[in-house]
Amino acid sequence: MSKKSSEKLINKNDVRVDGRKLNELRPVKLEVGVLANADGSAYIEQGKNKILAAVYGPKELHPKHLALPDRALLHCRYHMAPFSVQERKSPAPSRREIELSKVIREALEPSIFAEYYPRTSIDVFIEVLQADGGTRCAGITVASLALADAGIPMRDLVSACAAGKVEGHLVLDLTDTEDKAGEADMPLAFMPNFNAITLLQMDGKLTSDEFEQAVNMAVEGCKHVYALQKEALKAKYVVKEAVEE
Amino acid sequence: MTIPAMVVRVRQKRIAELISHGKRLDERGLNEYRNIQLEVGVIERAEGSARIRLGKTEVMVGVKLETGEPFPDVPNEGVLTVNAELVPLASPTFEPGPPDENSIELARIVDRGIRESKAIATEKLCVKPQKKVFVVFVDVYVLNHDGNLIDASAMAALAALLNTKMFNYEVKNDEIQVEPGYTQLPVVNHPIAVTFAKINDKIVVDPWLEEEQVMDARITMTMDKDGKVCAVQKGGYGYFSKEQILEAAKIAKEKSEELRKIVMKS
Amino acid sequence: MINLSTYYEKRQLVLPGDLLAEGDYITGDNTYKEGDKIYATRIGLVDYENRKIYVVALKSFYIPSVGDTVIGKVVEVSLSSWTVDINAPYLATLRASEVLDRPFKPRKDELPSIFDVNELIIAKIVSYDRTCDPLLTVREPGLGKISRGQIIEITPTKIPRVIGRKGSMVNMIKDETGCQISIGQNGLILINGKTPEDERIAIMAIRKIEEEAHTSGLTDRIREMIRRKKEE
Repeated sequence: MSKKSSEKLINKNDVRVDGRKLNELRPVKLEVGVLANADGSAYIEQGKNKILAAVYGPKELHPKHLALPDRALLHCRYHMAPFSVQERKSPAPSRREIELSKVIREALEPSIFAEYYPRTSIDVFIEVLQADGGTRCAGITVASLALADAGIPMRDLVSACAAGKVEGHLVLDLTDTEDKAGEADMPLAFMPNFNAITLLQMDGKLTSDEFEQAVNMAVEGCKHVYALQKEALKAKYVVKEAVEE
Repeated sequence: MTIPAMVVRVRQKRIAELISHGKRLDERGLNEYRNIQLEVGVIERAEGSARIRLGKTEVMVGVKLETGEPFPDVPNEGVLTVNAELVPLASPTFEPGPPDENSIELARIVDRGIRESKAIATEKLCVKPQKKVFVVFVDVYVLNHDGNLIDASAMAALAALLNTKMFNYEVKNDEIQVEPGYTQLPVVNHPIAVTFAKINDKIVVDPWLEEEQVMDARITMTMDKDGKVCAVQKGGYGYFSKEQILEAAKIAKEKSEELRKIVMKS
Repeated sequence: MINLSTYYEKRQLVLPGDLLAEGDYITGDNTYKEGDKIYATRIGLVDYENRKIYVVALKSFYIPSVGDTVIGKVVEVSLSSWTVDINAPYLATLRASEVLDRPFKPRKDELPSIFDVNELIIAKIVSYDRTCDPLLTVREPGLGKISRGQIIEITPTKIPRVIGRKGSMVNMIKDETGCQISIGQNGLILINGKTPEDERIAIMAIRKIEEEAHTSGLTDRIREMIRRKKEE
């Protein structure tokens, strides 16, 4: 399914197809503690993206030879439901899902105090129920909340957001259509307390200047997401606080 | 997940200490690559091939051409597919079996460099519109792992593609008839990957195996022949600051030009 | 120049990564220091005690500690020991030598007949460190197999409140309801009453404590609640 070449994605007033400005995020809805069995869980809706994250652990890891002697092993599975995309996707893990599981794990790892729980595993499951571009970023955002909800001690939350280039403009938070038709897509994950970029990928073509601008744009986007994450955590726990006053 | 090979703690500390003082254990500068030897046309059965030695890392890339069906959304373009194998003989840490996340990541980074830079003029690989196109199989075969498989594989892949010959053909009665002679695969851009490791808050180029085992994180920037960034991949359990990333991008531009000259000469 | 700043009021809700204070403070539970800055590591209520800053976690899991009494479930029986799930990241081991008052005889002693899989026990942690799983013992009065009563689970961080200062809270509940109550530091509580009704009231009391753990005057309110319920 490709867009007709006569339809532009960004009009002459720099407004995008869904009415957003160039540096505007899609509307985000976050909810923490949505699954009863998981130790921690959270749910995100970002534009048409609908993604669920669950955390189990820390728990003892078997077989023992796979465990790390001095820290917890973070295991992450990013997976898309067969009905999440336009053309049904096979449930078997694709190469893309395997790569994304790796980079997402590497994005979350710096945020947790894994060294407190040697020989255990912490399992993060990210299920994409509906996809519309930027799922690895939304996945990181919601997984970070699930880790906090599970009571895993963390240095900071990790927020993620993608920047890119569409029809010559640098834009924030690309939809699937914008990604496919655009010139570049650059997902980025950020941990504000350390000014740390924990995930950075790019595919497309950007000049060095554009690359710098895109990184700056994505970091600003992440800071916005970070504020939303904190609000979502407060919303779940402030009720308890009120009862206790 | 790979479990790092055993590196003596004392040596690890030494490597990290030296780097904080701007030196490396193998006496290279922070921005210096290891010695590179690149040979092409090493496998006659493949349509294109190359073998690279980057320090002691050794990678072989073979390109095979076949005909097949195009993708429905790009019906008149050839298809590119990149695969990587970390064969067990290359390292005590490589196990036999289906591709793991490391070989998949390696293949996809090399793929992205070629694909996003539009290195191959895929529109010239159309045999019969919407029905038959050339499929370019790039197979990366790691023979010895001594660090920085990404840059080695990307350079060898580019060299192999430049070395690749397509057989001449004519379409008669809906059938492909092979004609004598060959044409070079149309390669119009030359992506080069430059990988950095972050150790003790310093970034070094072309990490070798022991540096990789000590590093906090790595970042790869693939630059095309016009100095544009066409692929980026951060890896490893640590992180980079924004400033470090932008510094890496500057250095990558410079280094990619140097490496490209080496590939083009072979 | 010493810069001492705190950014939250006592008992305010803080989130992982929140900057709690800057300066010459000491890190307490659920906080960490980076340079001069102290951050929270978990969701909870921040509090201060002189120069120490700590967070009482609202959501946490149990980390074994030597000397703790815990309630656990046997998940495996082997030749000379039991593996016990104590609701922690690590499974605990109970060796035969920590059960029998006499030396263990492998041929003669059938472990499953003492404690079998899925049975519940109250035990004490005798050793635990980073390199090995917690070891338990039941060789003390009040420890051993649980054969009757009800078990409830609360967040481990609320256990101290259920116990109260010098046991004031739990003793009050025992007196008012006539129930026997055994508290596991791992969040599990065993209640044994003369009637199911007594047990139900005790459970209600504990749940209320869990919800209102950070309020004052709780002991009195709980006592009143129990008395009201008994009249109903």
